[in-house]
Amino acid sequence: MKIAVSSTGQGLSSSVDPRFGRCQFFLVVDLDSMEHTATTNTAGGSASGAGIEAAQIVSGMGVSAVLTGNIGPNAFQTLNAAGIKVYVGAGGTITESIERFKRGELAEAGNATVPGHFGMGRGGGRGMGRGRGGGGGMGRGGSN
Amino acid sequence: MIISIASGKGGTGKTTVAVNLALSLETVQLIDCDVEEPNVHLFFNTDLERVEEVSIPVPRVDIKKCDFCRKCAEFCEYHAIAVVPNEVLVFNELCHGCGGCTLVCPQDAITEERRVLGYIDRGKHDGIDLWRGVLNPGEPMATPLIRQLKKRIDPNKTVILDAPPGTACPVIETVQGSDFTLLVSEPTPFGLADLRIAIDVLKELELKYGVVLNRADIGDKGVEDFCTKEEIPILMKIPHSFEIASLYSEGRPFVLELEDWREKFLVLYEQILRVMET
Repeated sequence: MKIAVSSTGQGLSSSVDPRFGRCQFFLVVDLDSMEHTATTNTAGGSASGAGIEAAQIVSGMGVSAVLTGNIGPNAFQTLNAAGIKVYVGAGGTITESIERFKRGELAEAGNATVPGHFGMGRGGGRGMGRGRGGGGGMGRGGSN
Repeated sequence: MIISIASGKGGTGKTTVAVNLALSLETVQLIDCDVEEPNVHLFFNTDLERVEEVSIPVPRVDIKKCDFCRKCAEFCEYHAIAVVPNEVLVFNELCHGCGGCTLVCPQDAITEERRVLGYIDRGKHDGIDLWRGVLNPGEPMATPLIRQLKKRIDPNKTVILDAPPGTACPVIETVQGSDFTLLVSEPTPFGLADLRIAIDVLKELELKYGVVLNRADIGDKGVEDFCTKEEIPILMKIPHSFEIASLYSEGRPFVLELEDWREKFLVLYEQILRVMET
């Protein structure tokens, strides 16, 4: 499973950037091998709609989830349409956030205040609420 | 002749100056460009007649025709249209209605529908041709409405544009193309701070301007000192007077009630003409 993390730097010891749309880098991490690549977030300087642009960039990375601090409704909606789950509340280093994610400690943003699903010329609502309830409760209790 | 009445700070008296100036001159068109909260008309006891609904074109994507080439998304500076694998999203509230996405789509997958932003209405009062733009509540896209409203400008009249407060897009849309901008300020640190930002914007737009100082005899000397130092003309001072405040509270323009003020506004107008010649 590959995920993207909003990051202030290019390595696993970098801090998570709590912003999604205007983060500095996206670190794409393979959770099995922990192999990773950093991509500069070219959407960060957008005057308008940075979150939407960032979500489009991430949608081309082949990831199934995004870890970040916070996410706006437009970015969330775009990632949702791309079938990418969003986990919020990440902080500290990339490694720490991934560990917390694996322990199910990051909340999946599932009920964000998403405005209507516009202009697709298709039945409305596709993609909304997808993947809700996944991710929690796995792998706890192994250590004490 | 187009005169904009602007200010960085809200509540300095833009509308008061706009209305009283309009009532002092002949053959005036008074246009309320503060479309989020237009209230020029409250000074006039006149019925307004709705003349136009204002809308912009927003894209509608036929997903069956779309091949996800992303040309529309790459074109849109505001990211109002997004393409992800197998989906296209349109963010209506970000769309400025330029129609570019429709033009660049190689598959003819985009058609346009109208999104209503607000409306324009007008009234008449003793020779003043009164116009107003009204933005729908919650609507972020004020500039297309102001642009449409300004198409009603009558070049044969003295046109007074009452601008919104602030220094962002709706203000720029209003003041652009004006022959002169009157900046209404007040003698407080807040008035000064916002006046400086407004002046930066007008300099950037290369527009001529001067200051009207409202409630001029209270507060501090910050605005006056700044204007002296920067050689910005203060063209009129309106005192902090109980009578003026009291008339304002009843929605009555003070040039119609207090002696000498019509003459003072005529002097202001002459000063504007003089500054314009420099």
